[in-house]
Parts: sequence; structure tokens; C-alpha cells
Amino acid sequence: MSHKRSAVVIYVTVYVILLLLLALTVEAARHDLGYWNFAVSLLIATVKAVVIALFFMHVWNSTRLVKLVVATSLLWMVILFTLSLADYWTRDWDSIVGGSQDVTPLDSTH
Amino acid sequence: MTALVDPGSITVPDLGPLSRRNYLNAGYSVRSWLLTTDHKRIALLYLMSITFFFMLGGAAATLLRLDLMTPQADLVQTETFNKLFTAHGVIMVFFFLIPSIPAVLGNFLVPLMVGARDLAFPRLNLLSWYVYMIGGLFTLYALLAGGVDTGWTFYAPYSSTYSNTYVMATAVGIFITGFSSILTGLNFIVTIHKMRAPGLTWFRLPLFIWSIYATSIIMVLGTPVLAITLLLVGLERMLGIGIFDPRLGGDPILFQHLFWFYSHPAVYIMILPSMGVVSEIIPCYCRKRPFGYAFIGFSSFAIAVFSFLVWGHHLFVSGQSIYAGMVFSMLSYMVAIPSAVKVFNWTASLHKGSISFDTPMLYALGFVGLFTMGGLTGLFVAALAVDVHVHDTYFIVSHFHYIMVGGAVMGYLGGIHFWWPKMTGRLYPEGWARLSAILIFVGFNLTFFPQYILGYLGMPRRYHVYPPEFQVLNVMSSAGASILGLGYFFPLTYLIWSLYYGKRASSNPWRATGLEWQTPSPPPTENFVQTPVVLDEAYDYKRMDGQLAEGGAA
Amino acid sequence: MSGETQAPALSPLAHQFDDLTQQNEADDLGMWLFLCTELMFFGGMFLAYTIYRTRDEATFAAASAKLELLWGTVNTVVLLTSSLTMALAVHAAEVRQRRKLIMLLLGTMVLGTAFLSIKFMEYYHKYVHELMPLAGLPFKWDGTSPGHAEMFFDLYFAMTGIHALHMIIGLGIMLVLLVKATRGGLLGDFSGPVRVTGLYWHFVDMVWVFLFPLLYLIGAR
Repeated sequence: MSHKRSAVVIYVTVYVILLLLLALTVEAARHDLGYWNFAVSLLIATVKAVVIALFFMHVWNSTRLVKLVVATSLLWMVILFTLSLADYWTRDWDSIVGGSQDVTPLDSTH
Repeated sequence: MTALVDPGSITVPDLGPLSRRNYLNAGYSVRSWLLTTDHKRIALLYLMSITFFFMLGGAAATLLRLDLMTPQADLVQTETFNKLFTAHGVIMVFFFLIPSIPAVLGNFLVPLMVGARDLAFPRLNLLSWYVYMIGGLFTLYALLAGGVDTGWTFYAPYSSTYSNTYVMATAVGIFITGFSSILTGLNFIVTIHKMRAPGLTWFRLPLFIWSIYATSIIMVLGTPVLAITLLLVGLERMLGIGIFDPRLGGDPILFQHLFWFYSHPAVYIMILPSMGVVSEIIPCYCRKRPFGYAFIGFSSFAIAVFSFLVWGHHLFVSGQSIYAGMVFSMLSYMVAIPSAVKVFNWTASLHKGSISFDTPMLYALGFVGLFTMGGLTGLFVAALAVDVHVHDTYFIVSHFHYIMVGGAVMGYLGGIHFWWPKMTGRLYPEGWARLSAILIFVGFNLTFFPQYILGYLGMPRRYHVYPPEFQVLNVMSSAGASILGLGYFFPLTYLIWSLYYGKRASSNPWRATGLEWQTPSPPPTENFVQTPVVLDEAYDYKRMDGQLAEGGAA
Repeated sequence: MSGETQAPALSPLAHQFDDLTQQNEADDLGMWLFLCTELMFFGGMFLAYTIYRTRDEATFAAASAKLELLWGTVNTVVLLTSSLTMALAVHAAEVRQRRKLIMLLLGTMVLGTAFLSIKFMEYYHKYVHELMPLAGLPFKWDGTSPGHAEMFFDLYFAMTGIHALHMIIGLGIMLVLLVKATRGGLLGDFSGPVRVTGLYWHFVDMVWVFLFPLLYLIGAR
């Protein structure tokens, strides 16, 4: 009985936290924090995702293997991003034709 | 490795297969095959499908090599030539090599080797085959309707914008087949984690299982990126969503990054299982434990992880930054290390072994030599300065064919021969089999060694015409290809022959270790009458041969 | 054993497994591995987004301002709520509460459908305002770098479109579950499919949790 109750309580609590974080992120976006806008919104999204994973998806109570699988997927995303950006952030491609200078939108025959 | 009962004291009654229920005679209807959830039957379904695709891909290669015997474009039109090498690549990579060992030998052996009744998800396994077939059908349609000429690498913006061949159908076909890969890998990982027999700890597992597990990791983590890449190409063609379109500030090189993020690990999907097969064959035909079991096992994982860190070496001359080029070059050198560990360990395993040159061993030894050559030339091209000269030449073509054909296909054939008695209950004719192995080895080298030289001299790949001074080497290569092709027809013939006329096989004709040999040939549907309990370490050939010497059963 | 006495032929245990714990752990691991693949699948698009946004943050911000923040926020609330109802549905299935399971599954589906409806309404508005650069439709951009703005919308439609496709698939699976639940299935030891579908649905929710700020909240609004 108490097990039943506590699970529901956890879910509802997590839900309320998620809604609060949503309100926070929308509010933060209304202020100009420069580059921090990106960091803040990403941080809040990450916290939301972690909370969903831990409690809605039961990672908190899962076997070590499941935790390893989750950690590995995240690591693989890091690999994809890091090595790709190692190219993009060391390449000067704004000076290439087709960059941010006047690019005309595609015509309808495309 | 041993069952609960001491194999020295019990003989496995060797009734003829017809009088004994096994997975092959448990139902003869088409329905019992097409709706089977038995992993062994699914393995055979895959065997038939990939053999079909192998012959199709081989036919494309035959036409290519025929045309390349002369410097002019005379056999087919250039557009057709482009479609032929694309077809050859697409079919061989996605419909033959990637499924080959995992889907055939992996499906058949993984439950047997871990002592399970089936894989973790048998119906998903069947779905996997149907998904593969549907993807194959889409691609066949594209081929017959007019083909694709982008090369199997589908580089943007040609594939996304300018090509007017059947890119969409082919991309859809590969996209669908990718799910087959994912589901198979998923099935294997769960099975290996959750369904090992009692006593079968990680370090008692056959090295084939380690390889399949590592392969499955790559399948699960890499294939989805190919899926999204093909989807984005499709969206760009169909809806004008120009992710790779420079007119919107998009980058065609991003296609290459995403494509090779999968396709480089994919080549390790193609080679790792073959390495696993070799790791099973060599101990058996040396009658001793493999040298450095743990190193061989861990090297499989290392290969799986490192394989994801090197994809940029396909982009050295594409416009990638020099910095990224250097990083990927260094990482590409590092990825060779675990492969080298395996080669050293296999070689050391031969030392003081009681070696016999049966057919599987011929293939395994051929693998070690040819893979080493292919792998070493990989190091050549991992060097930026060298790659500038040999990228997109026949040097690269030869490099990867040494690994894919000299390595993966020979490992595949070795495995088919090694486990043929287990799968079919029949022995193949050893004389013809050895002859074929040698023919294939000779034909292979004659086909591809000249291509190293051609590439080094500057002949570009995917070219329909070439300067006349390259003709001699091209003719040599084509002559070799005809021998190689002949060599492949021999096993096709005698293996089918053996199904009807081959000698019947006992449960363990090679006296090999491993749970799969502890059950009759062919196995019953449920694999084991009683779930085995593993008491011994892996590859205990000393004990096996000792028991046999004392008169115990195989 | 399974505790089912009225239907002796029906066992929750598949033949390849030895016990229910093994089966449940295998099912969970299988779904998590599949979610791994989904993460890498979406990852490719997130990479494209990251590369192009960091190149021209200003245009992306201007384009993002054209999205309807109100409806995006409403949709996020809807989807988060559907995650709650799904988690509660899984719980109901595990403790054998048939009516609750049915109501919660239905609730999740209704919320999911509401999300899709709002999404398609947003798409329609983009179409009307000529901000849908698909299939040759006109694209109207008055600011600088119309090419980059078009890229933003391409990414918007691709990422939210594929996300929506995943939701539709999820709703389809839930329909199957709903039918089974109305027939008395999926309770107690048989609740595996619900739990595993829950994992899938929560993942789809997580993808949106990232899509929302990355698409709707670039720069100050």
C-alpha cells in the first residue's frame, strides 16, 4: 500500500518540478543574458531530461547495466559532437561562397 | 565447456538425423519456415538471402572487371559503369557483408554458445529478416528500374540535389535494412547479457561471442546515424529541406561526417565477426588455448570503441580542417593497435600447437595474412601526406578489398565450413574444399595485389577509362577476378551437394570445445535437452584431447 | 509462479526465458538499447542544428522569434502531462488496476493527440505566413541572410516532423495496448509491454524537452 502511494507521489512531484522548470526556462528566455541564454536553456533542459530519466523511466532503480547503457549513449553523443565540431570550429568557412553574405532563397523550380 | 555430465563417461547416441527430431525436420511446410521463430532456421533464411545478394554483387563486379580489361569504355556506357560500381558497393556492403556473419553464424550460434534455448527476442529476430528482405526489395527495384550512379557513398550534393537516378529508392532500401542490423545487434546484446548458462562467466565465453558482442555495440550505436543521414538526403530530394545545401549555408561535408560516422564503424561490423571466427578456428586446429584470451576479448571492445573515433580519415581531402585531419590521423593509428594485438595473439597461438591444415584452418590462416596486409596499408593511408596522393585511387580499393574479401569473406567461408556439420548434420568433401580455399586465395591475390600498384601509380577509382600504360595490371586483376569467381562457385556447389550426399556428421566432428558441439548435429529445436552447466574454462583442448585419448566421447 | 489461476494455458513467461525477472530485465534492456539508437538518430539532426546555429546565432534567433512561443509552451505542458499519465499507467498496470490503466492510457493518447493537433496548427500558420520552405513553397524573409533563416526553418520542420512521427508511432502502440487492456490483459506479471512502451514515450518527451528551448527560445524574446 505504501509502495503504491509513494510511487504515485514521486511521479506527481517530478511532474510539478518539470512544470516549474518549464516556467523558469520560458521566463529566462524573456531576458537578454547574451550567450548565457543558450547555456541556461540547455542546462534547464538537461535537468528536466535527467529527472524524467531517473524517475519516470526508473533509471534510479535500475540495474547497473541499464545505467551503463544510458551513460554509453550519452558518451557516444559526446563523441559525435566533439569530433565533428573539431572540424567545424577550426575551419574558416564564412569566407566561402554561399556563406552568410547575400544568399538568395531557393526558387520554386528546385 | 562441459555439460553437467562428464563427457568422458557418456556417449551422445548418434542416431541418423532422419530418425531423430531436429530443427530441420521439425516441420516441412513453407509456413513453418517463413513464420519460424527458431534462430537456427532464421539463420538459414539469411544464408539464402545473402548468398543471393553476393551473387548479384559479384555479377556487377564481373561486368566491371570485364570492362576494365581495356583502357577504353567499350563494354558498357559510362553511366552504366557508374551504376555498376554503385550497385556492387551497395549490395556487397549493406546486403552481404554487414549481415553475413552476424545474421548467419551469429544467429545460429549465439544461443548455442551461451547455452540458451533461443535468442532473447525470437519474434524480433524474424522481423529482422523480413525487414532485411523488404529493404533488399526496394534496392532491387532501384537497380532494375535504372540504377543509382552516386557510388555507395552517396555524397551530397550529387545525391541530394543533382543526380537523376534512383537515389530515393536505394536510400529507402538501405534505411529499412539498417533496422535489421539494429534489431539483430540488440537481440545479441540482450541475449549475451541475460541468457548465459549457469557457470558461463564472461571469461569462459567463446571469443566468437566477444566479437559478436562488440559488433552488436557498433550496430546499435552507429546504424541510426546512417539512418538519419539517408533520411536527410531523402528529405532534401523530396521536400527541399536543404541541410546539406550550400545555398542555405549548409555544408556538403556535413553529409560526409554523418555518413562516415556510421560507415567507418560499419567496416568493423564487417571484420570483427570474422576475427571471432578465426579465434574459434585457430585453437581447434592447433589443439590448444588461444594465446592471451583476455587480450583478444578486450581488443574486440577496443576496436568497437575506437572505430567510432576515426571517421574523419575519409575526409582528409574533402575540405575538413587540417586540425581535424591531424586528430583523426592520430586516432586512426591508434585503432590499428587492438587489431594488431589480435594478429600477434593468433600467431602466438600457433606456437607449439599441433597444427592441421583442414579447410577452416586454411581460411583462417589466409585471413591472418591478408588482413595483416590490408590493415598495414590502412596505416599507410592514415598518414595525411600519403593519403593526399592515394585517396580515391586503386590503392584504397585494394586496401579495403584486402580486408573485406581477403579478411571478412575468407573468415565467413571458414566459419561456414567449420560449423557446416553442426548446421546441416553433413560433412563437406574435404578435398574439394581445400582446393577451393587455395583457388580463392590465389585468385584473390592476383585480383587485388596489382591494384595496390595501380593506385600507387595514380589510377583513380571509379573511372571507366584509364591510360593505356595501366592495362597490363588491369588485365592481371581481371584474370585474378575470374579465378576468384570460379573459386566461389566451388563451395556453392559442393556445399549443396553435401546436403544430399555428404557423410553424416557426429555432434563434434572436429573435437572442438564450446557448448554448440555438445548438442547433436543438427541440433534439436530447443538446442539443449537440458540447460548445460559450465564447469570448465574455455578452450580446454588439453582436457578434451586427454579425455579422447582415454577413450571418452567427443 | 504467475498467480494466474483462471487461465492455466496463459503464461506471462516466454519459452526462451527461465523466469519472469530474467524476462523483465531482458525486455527493459532491449528497449533501452533501442532508445540508444533513437538518441543517435536524433543526434545527427542536433549536430546539424548546433553547427549551423553557432555559425549565425543572430539569424537563428530572428527566425526563432517567428515561432509561436505560446503554443510551444502549451505543447510542452501537454507532453509533460502525458508523460505523467503514462508513468501512472505503468504503475496501474503493475498493481493490477484495470480501470485506472485504461483511463490513463486513454488520457495519454488524448494528450498526445492534442500535442499533434497543436503542432499541425503551428505548421499551418507557418504555411500561411510563407515560412514553410518545403517542396518549392514560397519562403518570405525580410531580414538579412534569408538562406540561413530558411535553414532554421528546414531544421525546425525536419526535427519537429520526425519527432511528431515518433509520437504517432507511440500513439499507435498505445492503441494496441488499450485494446489489450480492455480485454483484461497487461496486468501484474503481464504488464511488461506497458512498462516498455512507457520508456519509449518518456524518451519522445525528452527529445521535445530539448527541441523546445533549442527551437523556440533562441535569444531573448
